[in-house]
Order: sequence, then structure tokens, then C-alpha cells
Amino acid sequence: MAVQLDARPPVAPAPGTTRPSRGARLSRFDTRYSPYLYIAPFFLLFGVFGVYPLAYTFWVSLHDWDLLGVEHPYVGFDNYRQLLADPDFWHSVVNTLGIFVISTVPQLLLALWLANLLNRQLRARTTWRMAVLIPNVTSTAAVAIVFAVLFGRDFGMVNWLLDHVGVEAVDWKANRFASWVAISAMVDWRWTGYNALIFLAAMQAIPRDLYESAAIDGAGRARQFWSITVPLLKPTIIFAVIISTIGGLQLFTEPRLFNSGTNAIRGGPLRESQTVTMYMFENAFAPHYNFGYGSAIAWLLFALIAVVAAVNVLLLRRLGGGARKEEIR
Amino acid sequence: MTRLWSAGRLTYLALAVTALMSIFPIYWMFVVASRTSDAMGQVPPPVTPGGNLGANIARLFANTDAYFLTGLVNSAIVAGTVTVSVVFFSTLAGFAFAKLRFRGRNALLLVIVATMMVPTQLGVIPLYLLMTKLNWNDRLPAVIVPALVTGFGVFMMRQYAGQAVSTELIEAARMDGCNTARIYWNVVLPALRPAAAVLGLLTFMTTWNDFLWPYAVLNDPENPTVQLSLRALSDGYYQDMSQVFTGTAIATLPLLLVFVAFGRQIIGGIMEGAVKA
Repeated sequence: MAVQLDARPPVAPAPGTTRPSRGARLSRFDTRYSPYLYIAPFFLLFGVFGVYPLAYTFWVSLHDWDLLGVEHPYVGFDNYRQLLADPDFWHSVVNTLGIFVISTVPQLLLALWLANLLNRQLRARTTWRMAVLIPNVTSTAAVAIVFAVLFGRDFGMVNWLLDHVGVEAVDWKANRFASWVAISAMVDWRWTGYNALIFLAAMQAIPRDLYESAAIDGAGRARQFWSITVPLLKPTIIFAVIISTIGGLQLFTEPRLFNSGTNAIRGGPLRESQTVTMYMFENAFAPHYNFGYGSAIAWLLFALIAVVAAVNVLLLRRLGGGARKEEIR
Repeated sequence: MTRLWSAGRLTYLALAVTALMSIFPIYWMFVVASRTSDAMGQVPPPVTPGGNLGANIARLFANTDAYFLTGLVNSAIVAGTVTVSVVFFSTLAGFAFAKLRFRGRNALLLVIVATMMVPTQLGVIPLYLLMTKLNWNDRLPAVIVPALVTGFGVFMMRQYAGQAVSTELIEAARMDGCNTARIYWNVVLPALRPAAAVLGLLTFMTTWNDFLWPYAVLNDPENPTVQLSLRALSDGYYQDMSQVFTGTAIATLPLLLVFVAFGRQIIGGIMEGAVKA
């Protein structure tokens, strides 16, 4: 705030100088319009490379759009109709959901448990946190290749370890369920620590006197965990589930590089571990170059993500409902 | 202090096992990278480094299927450019959203938040068609330009600027005759530095790591990013595993170095973001 130092009434401006000076006009222009200048790069670039492609995907999905063809005839919802009757598409949907479920459920439970461990009074706190986060900062492609070797049939270390406890060698790539497990292991390895840190942050915001009064009432550690920590963490858990849903249903790099050779995009000879995104690639790019069909797959994938995310939120809302919060208070 | 907060031996044991499992695949990558190829068939598998790293690196860079050196240089260019750009545009827009008044501010911010929800896969096909029109296919701008701004970055900087930049300071600078651009450069940017550093680190790691979009748009095997070089290596008919693992180790090394140097900030950034989400 400017302080008025002189009490004299303002002098009337001399005739001819009623227009504000050039500097003042510039400054008015600056405060009023420059904010738009600062946010413009985002909207320009995102408009061209984000929004436009999004809408255009839908347009392309209504056409018979061969990359090499000259004409792209309009076919309405034919691609979608064909897709809904395509067994390979549904096969990839089942693969994606299967990998999603067997990776996300243990991952979030493990992350909760790990966060609970990290929330204790630890020596070398930062070192432990870094140790659990390190998988998340590695190269996904590199790790997928390494895991493909660890899960090898003949010389893989996982089978070698299993052999020691009397389990027969598993052909991780040729067996559909086994390939889901191997890919889930990769996903869990990468994301458990990350989710643990997110849960840890939320845990540290829980007031400790809640635990103290619960302890006085005779609640043990496990009881406190399930009746205080988990319900109060619900918003964070929902957040983590949604993030995992979006990421998990788009899975591509891990299964793509888990499989190698000429048919890698098919996720193995019998499409054992082909996800929806891989199926989209197979159709949109080599070998089929059918952009219309690929675009339809992209939109159905989007719909699938939305549906699964919504179902998750509904389920989580019902679980451990709001009433328990009142109980512990 | 209740019993809940004390860490017993079992806690440390469980954490140690977790840490071991976290680190082992990375460690093993370096073990195989430093051995000859027959290490893969040995029983029991070797768990200590050998002395063959130099020879493996030489073979890797001489491999004409992978163009590994080009991949490294390309990835450095892409990740470097994208990081500088994302930090610059995000701090600029974040400052505007947090501290400047203009019509439609809240609606526009909502648009930015909404963009964070859209899966990238949805845009791959038309983006590819667009790049064909621009004649950018197989060239680095195809990977760089669409990544120059992110909704996440803008949102993160807006949240941080709201509390880190004092409005009084901005007013004072305006009184002294600073225009908005100077205020950004001399007042806001220095205050945003810690968060901008975290955003830069996360952006660098994500971009270096990206596979899907480069895989779609960079089809020329002679002009890959490092992740595409890895794919070329691992998809070969004859797999020289110690060479492949040397590649994965080198591709991971920059990320590990960044993490060792700035791990504390990265963890702080992740945990901070979670509480506010």
C-alpha cells in the first residue's frame, strides 16, 4: 500500500496530458494481459499435441483408415462393432485385467505394511526410504529385460531358487498365468516402494493421540492398524488405487520387453501376455497399419480405465465406511 | 511414546529383506555386465562382479544393430531439452495461476488438472499422423516437442508458489517499478528453486525412461533413444546376454546417479505431493 505523504489535494492535470503516460499504459497492459502470456505456452502446446489428437482419435476410429491407403472411407461404428466381436481383443482385455488384479492387490497391501514399518522410529531413516524407492527410478525397459532373464525357463534365477524348495521349473513365458505372475512381479517391484512413501506421508499426518487413547483402551498394534490407520488413510488409498488403475491398465513396456523375438508385440506365440495397449500397437502399427481399428481400441481402453476406476472408488467407499471414523473418536 | 513407534529387530530385518530385494536386480545387472556370456548358464549363478566390463562395453558400442552411442546422445538431448522447458514453462504458468489475477483463472486451472487424467495411449495414433504431416517422423522433435509442457508440472508449481512466494514481496517489487516479467525472474524463480529442482529431476527421469511414444514414432533403427537401443539389443536373434546387460546397466546409470545425488529431494517431493493430493 502506498502511503499518502502529502495532504494537499491532487493538482488537476494540465490540458493535453489527460492521457496516461506511455509507461503507465505499458504497466496496465502488463498487469492485465501478461498472465495470459505466461500460461499460453501450456495451452498452445497442449492444444496441438494433447487435445487435438484426443478428438482426432475418435474421428479416425470412425473410418477405415489404412496408413498406406489413399482414401479413408467413413464406416461409422463398424470398427467398434468388429472389435466387440474380436476374440483377440477380449483375450487382451482379460490379460490386462488379470495382470492388473494380481499386481495391484498385493502391491498396495505390501505398500501399506512397508509404510507402517517405515513409520516407526528408525535409525538411518532416509537410507531406508531410498532403498525402497530405488526400483522406481530405474529404467523400465532395462528392468523388463533383466526380469525376462530372471524368469527364464532353463537358466533363470527364479526357477533355480524354486528348484531349491522342491518346485518344478515353470515355463514363465509359455504359460499364460505364469507370464501374468512374472509381469506382475516386475510391476510390484517397481511401484511398491513408491506407494509406501505416499502412504507413509499420509500416516505421518495422523494425530498420535488417537493411537495413545486406543492403546489405553487396550487395542493392540494390529487392531490399531486396521481401526485407525487404514480408515484414516482412505483418501490416500483411493488416490493410490486410481493412479495404479490408470497405470496398470495401460501397461505396455514391461510385457512388450518381457517377450522378445519376432512376435514380441503379440505377447508370445499364443498372446499369453498381450495387453490392450500392445494389441492397439499390433493393429495400428506393424504389422497391420489399421489406424481406424487401432483408434477404436484406444477409446475402448479409455472406457475400460474409467469403468474400472469408478468400480474401485465405489468398492473402497463401501469398505470400511465413514462410520468407523466416528467410532474411534 | 507407545510401543507402536519403536522399531524392534524384526522391523529392521523386514526392512533389510525388502531393501535387498529392491536392490538385487539392479546389482545383478552390473554383475552380468561385468562377466563373460557363459555366466548366464552357471549353476549356482555368479553374484560377484567379474573383470569383463571393458570388453563388454567395447562390444556394445561396436554393435551395429543397437546404435547405442547414438541412443545415449539422443536421450541426453531429449531429456535435457524437455527438462529445461518443462521447468521454465511450469514455473511461469504456476506463478501466474498462484499469484496473478486474470479472468477465467479458475476455469483454466481446472482444464490443466483435467489434462492430467488423460492416458497418453489415447493420443498415440493421431500424434503419429500429425508427425507424418510435419515430416518429423524418425526425428527427435517428434519426441521433444509434445513433451515440452505438462499439466502435472504447472499444477505442482502452482501449489508450491501459493505458499512459497509472499504476495507482499511481489507488491513491493511492483512498487519499485518491476514489470511482471522481472518479478518472475528476480523474485519468483529464486523462491521456487527447491520445487523446480524436484520437478526437473522427476521430468528428467520420466523422459529418459520413456518407451511407448519413441517406440511408436522413431522407427529408423539408426536414430534411436537409448531405451529403443535396448529393445534392439534384446530382440536380436542371437542374444549376447553380457552385452545386453551392459546396455541395461549403462541406460540405468544416469538415473541411479541422479537418485544418489538428489534422493532426499526426490523423496521429499513424492511425499509432499501425496499429502496435498
